[in-house]
Amino acid sequence: MSLLSIRRLWKHYGEQVVLENLNLEFQAGEFCTLVGASGCGKSTFLRLLLSQETPNRGEILLDGAPLPPEPGPERGVVFQRYSVFPHLTVEDNVILGWEFGEARWLGRRFGGQRRRLREAAADTLRAVGLFDARHRYPAALSGGMQQRLAIAQALVLKPRVLLLDEPFGALDPGIRADMHELILNLWRDTGMLILMVTHDIREGFELGTRVLVFDRVRLDRHAPDAYGATVTYDIPLTRSRPARLLEAVSAATARTERFRAGTPAPAATVPPQAVE
Amino acid sequence: MASRRRLINRIPGRAAMVLLGLLPFALALMAYLIASDLRLSANPNDKLLPSLASMGESLKRVALEPERRSGEIILWVDTLASLRRLGIGVGLSALGALLVGIGIGVIPYLRALGAPLVGALAMIPPMAVLPILFIAFGLGELSKVVLIVFGITPFMIRDLALRAGELPREQLVKAQTLGASTWQLILRVALPQLLPRLMDAVRLSLGAAWLFLIAAEAIAATEGLGYRIFLVRRYLAMEVIIPYVIWITLLAVLIDLLLRGVSRWWFPWARGATA
Repeated sequence: MSLLSIRRLWKHYGEQVVLENLNLEFQAGEFCTLVGASGCGKSTFLRLLLSQETPNRGEILLDGAPLPPEPGPERGVVFQRYSVFPHLTVEDNVILGWEFGEARWLGRRFGGQRRRLREAAADTLRAVGLFDARHRYPAALSGGMQQRLAIAQALVLKPRVLLLDEPFGALDPGIRADMHELILNLWRDTGMLILMVTHDIREGFELGTRVLVFDRVRLDRHAPDAYGATVTYDIPLTRSRPARLLEAVSAATARTERFRAGTPAPAATVPPQAVE
Repeated sequence: MASRRRLINRIPGRAAMVLLGLLPFALALMAYLIASDLRLSANPNDKLLPSLASMGESLKRVALEPERRSGEIILWVDTLASLRRLGIGVGLSALGALLVGIGIGVIPYLRALGAPLVGALAMIPPMAVLPILFIAFGLGELSKVVLIVFGITPFMIRDLALRAGELPREQLVKAQTLGASTWQLILRVALPQLLPRLMDAVRLSLGAAWLFLIAAEAIAATEGLGYRIFLVRRYLAMEVIIPYVIWITLLAVLIDLLLRGVSRWWFPWARGATA
């Protein structure tokens, strides 16, 4: 049985169809990246998986049972921003999930209990390279460090599924490479299912064991909202990285981006002055 | 040599900053002294602009010497009474605003229930209900405190509810994925982040709180800074009124500085420091 099943899922806001007829199966241990033009429903899909939104039709099954109707600890998440709590130090951000589980009324441990949790968090902090920064507040961390903290915070509860919404989108290229290595190592160690939305198609192909391309199949100038996006490519990346597919996906995505931007129909070839 | 930079790019140095800040005060003082001197030389019994000496003398009388009839030092009795009313009123308002504001800001059902009511209450001019308060709560301490609470709480509730609503959606979702219940989320995520906002709301409300305090004291009280000012007004005792006004201003400034300091000390994370 699949860990996560999407069955005939539709999502629309009023007349605007965002996702149409998604059918997907995800297994534990997959690292699945979601790429596609902006506005093609990748983030909506992630919000549906978080139960931040509900599908209009179809169903989502986790371990064969309907997805709980609100966010919960079986699904961890890292957003592009605002994922960590600014009023807690690095180590207190990490132990927060444990404190919620242990202290029902105060949501907070004191004294020796608190020390025990902080010690238990040390390994996780070392794994993401934040042990030396454990007493700092998030505002004193760089963007990359904040995202590493957000990942560590999500991991301590050992979620079945980790959802990443453009987690490295705001980071510098050098930092990004470090983060890629970090997330791959954590993924291999934990064996959880990771679903990562990214705007960067190359990043999607580099990281994932499977790439899902969200795209709109029908682009109608007269009814731009009538048709939603669906998964146009479902590419397993077991051994080789298919370069030609990456090009094809990039071209398809660019076409949809241009449609959204309202620019004229794409020319067959790129004019020379546009090439750098 | 004349600087060719634009006016908006010319920044005064530290010393110049202090001097410029003091300049309007010095000018105002000077203008007062000249005007006072002119009036007093024309009529030594003039009450309107008393000299510094007579103000100092009256200040000494109210601040250092016990009053003959009661044996109390008037300025301190007045100050204590006023600060007590202000403290209780503002404290109750802050507490109520925190509880109601978080509820309205975080829980949709409470927002539906409470937001319209708070919005309507905020539109009632507090001074218009002062007679009702005096009738309902008597002329004692309670009605003065209630006036302050009535005057500033709706504003603080709206401010805090707004701030609570501004907590990033991502944070609330993240807390839920960490297993937080509604109560835990309020206690560990919303409340601590709203406390600095509450301090700001209190600082902004203090001006209004003083206004309502002095208004209530002017109408019905037996001691208090506002009571004294309105009492001696009958004798045109400007030499008491002016030092009292300066004293009230000084108190307000000190309280504001104190709250700012406490806020910085208690909430270091708001400035990105280490623990």
